[in-house]
Amino acid sequence: MDSINLEAVRDEDFLRTVEKESGQNLSRCYQCGKCTAGCPCGPAYDMQVSQVMRAIQLGDKQAVFEAASPWLCVSCSTCTARCPNEIDVARVMDTVRHMNRREGGKHPTLNAFWDSFLKTVRLSGRAYELGVMALYMLRTGKVLTDMDLAPRIMPKRKLPFVPHVIRGKAAVGRIFKRFHDLRMDG
Amino acid sequence: MKIGVFICHCGSNIAGTVDCVKVAKNAEAFPDVAYSTDNMYMCSEPGQDHIVEMVKKHDLDGVVVASCSPRMHEPTFRRAVERAGLNKYMFEMANIREHVSWIGKDKDANTNKASELVRMAVEKLRRNAPLFSKKFETIKKVLVVGAGVAGIQAALDCADAGLQVVLVEREPAIGGKMAKLDKTFPTVDCSSCILGPKMVDVSQHPNITLYTLSEVEKVSGYVGNFSVNIKRRAPYVDFSKCTGCGACMEKCPAKKTPDRFNEFMGPTTAINIPFPQAIPKKATINPQYCRKLTEGKCGICAKICPTGAINYEMKDEVITEEVGAIVAATGYDLMDWKSNYGEYGGGRYPDVITSLQYERLLSAAGPTGGHILRPSDGREPKKVAFICCVGSRDRSIGRPYCSGFCCMYTAKQAVLTKDHIPDSQSYVFYMDIRAPGKLYDEFTRRAIEEYGTEYIRGRVSAIQPDGKGQYIVRAADTLLGKPVEVAVDLVVLAVGVEGAKGSGKLAETLHISYDNFGFFLESHIKLRPVETNTAGVFLAGSCQGAKDIPSSVAQGSGAAAKVIGLLSKPKLESDPQISNVNIKRCVGCGKCVDVCPFQAITKENIRGEIKAQVIEAVCQGCGLCAATCPQGAIQLSHFTDNQILAEVNALCQC
Repeated sequence: MDSINLEAVRDEDFLRTVEKESGQNLSRCYQCGKCTAGCPCGPAYDMQVSQVMRAIQLGDKQAVFEAASPWLCVSCSTCTARCPNEIDVARVMDTVRHMNRREGGKHPTLNAFWDSFLKTVRLSGRAYELGVMALYMLRTGKVLTDMDLAPRIMPKRKLPFVPHVIRGKAAVGRIFKRFHDLRMDG
Repeated sequence: MKIGVFICHCGSNIAGTVDCVKVAKNAEAFPDVAYSTDNMYMCSEPGQDHIVEMVKKHDLDGVVVASCSPRMHEPTFRRAVERAGLNKYMFEMANIREHVSWIGKDKDANTNKASELVRMAVEKLRRNAPLFSKKFETIKKVLVVGAGVAGIQAALDCADAGLQVVLVEREPAIGGKMAKLDKTFPTVDCSSCILGPKMVDVSQHPNITLYTLSEVEKVSGYVGNFSVNIKRRAPYVDFSKCTGCGACMEKCPAKKTPDRFNEFMGPTTAINIPFPQAIPKKATINPQYCRKLTEGKCGICAKICPTGAINYEMKDEVITEEVGAIVAATGYDLMDWKSNYGEYGGGRYPDVITSLQYERLLSAAGPTGGHILRPSDGREPKKVAFICCVGSRDRSIGRPYCSGFCCMYTAKQAVLTKDHIPDSQSYVFYMDIRAPGKLYDEFTRRAIEEYGTEYIRGRVSAIQPDGKGQYIVRAADTLLGKPVEVAVDLVVLAVGVEGAKGSGKLAETLHISYDNFGFFLESHIKLRPVETNTAGVFLAGSCQGAKDIPSSVAQGSGAAAKVIGLLSKPKLESDPQISNVNIKRCVGCGKCVDVCPFQAITKENIRGEIKAQVIEAVCQGCGLCAATCPQGAIQLSHFTDNQILAEVNALCQC
């Protein structure tokens, strides 16, 4: 394994931006690992929460942006509740996602997934699972991903063929539009 | 008046951001200044000698030194001034280090401010008058509050030096927390075997008077002459008759009395002797649970007692003792982990216990006779998890500090677990191993290398019962970067410590400071660790901050040395910086009497009129009365209104 050059890897601007946008003092983290210990998604992560926190402390933007973990985080905030140093860890994870998206999204498959997810929300007002799957497959060409799960979740009616459309669909659409316009305005 | 001004560079501490030469030059223009200079280190011997020389050469009447905070070196310079033949109160200090050079980087602004502070000091000194101390007798007796290992050590050292000692203990028996421990690190020797002889020495020493079940209620007086009220709770047993045979304990029907000594790990009887080696080995009755005292019926112990020692009519009493010095050695208590750690069960899981409770399970004199048995089902645990830093280094619950000795006793308990149950496995969840004492790190390594204790670096997120009698401990191995879990039979929490319950109240009684966590404040954290800011009151052991046994013993001896040093002087000198009443101005309103925190002011009838009068030896010079007096009739010597106003004036002119 190559060693990390601590000076080369340190992106001061990245670290300060995460701190500013999340409003958290990351130097408080003393790496006790209590966030990782309580995280329900930990087993699925490629990089544990405490390791993401450590990478941010080091200013290692690339490592943070290439990690899948922030995208797999379900924002349950157990990490925040348990942190002995009162760091809102879930908010830091959220901040990292925002920053990553703003810079065009560095993770190829996860970015495609979130784009697909948001598109169905924009169209029907809430998530449409089959639509997410179809769009994701189109975007990535990964046709067989998680196909094995279908027989298990179909009988539970978790994969309806027709999207649920909510009453305030148009309003949700307007939220997306406003966000888009604001972003265009900078 | 001729004043000399000496500006200190303090190496680069002051000179780094203050132009000391310029400050000295500026000072030449101040009124009455006859000599002004700067020096690399004023507190050094050549620096002090220079003061003495210049006082003589220029026939100076007073000296201003501009240097550091007066807390450290005011006495140094006062002695130098005295050596030069002046009254030591003809000296003023301007703090141009803490108040100037350390807090600002702008050299011009700093130089200006330093000059202003020197000007203030000069103006004050112009109004100073020589003051003279009075000498007074001291009582060659010391009060030690708390009979844990630190208090015992302090008491024995003082008693051996020939002082009379009054040792006060809140519990029925002495020994404190150490008496509850099974073994001690790093040598794994039996706690009661090394503490026991000291406890016996206390009980047999002719110079020591021991009051158990007692608390200090009121303290008045001053260094060398304190008057202390000690409230002694009724033991309902005549100690002069009780032989400690224990027959009463066997027959007492109130068998569900909570056992404080055993950390509530099992019930005891309402009349009991806490443990076999207890000093004093006398039975006492817990009045909340005794059937005779609560319901009026029973009286079995009185019938069974072969010496007729039981007396249900006994009342609490207040004893007054006159002492010259006081040592506070009240120790620590565990913080309230139950209300803060819901994720560890918050006390709902019977097999999640504190390390002090585990200590009682390990002890042969404990409720299980030294067998490690689970509180829930009495089974022997095969897998034990130890969790460090529960209530330590946790800002989210307002406990930012390290409790100091938990790392070590956790290693010890892991070793003892393996000794007791050879086929057991211990897991220690830690954040950092803090083992800086002599032979400490070696001991921790032994726990890992020889006893096979599994050390996992990570804070535990949750403890959950699995429904089958075991507990799942969820943590992360931060070195591996993975979440981990383990099912164990017993969980021991190394709970953080805080000042003993009621320490705040005692601090107020003793007029000493304490922090948010109930620890008493020392006079200087490095250089005056056993002294307090109240003359004659000293600290020993964990009441000052978390401490292990070696440090507590060392501090006990340290406090004793200070007491012996203080009381070995034939007479003490009083501080002349005290309040004075101008009889002509005093209208006898008595406001000063009400505000005085030391009861140092009385109302006297002087030629038919009521006037305030200061008891010189009692006054501590706090100045509350001077600030309160509507007539300006009370003035604090060395800090009179004129002196302070002159300083303000000097500052406003700059």
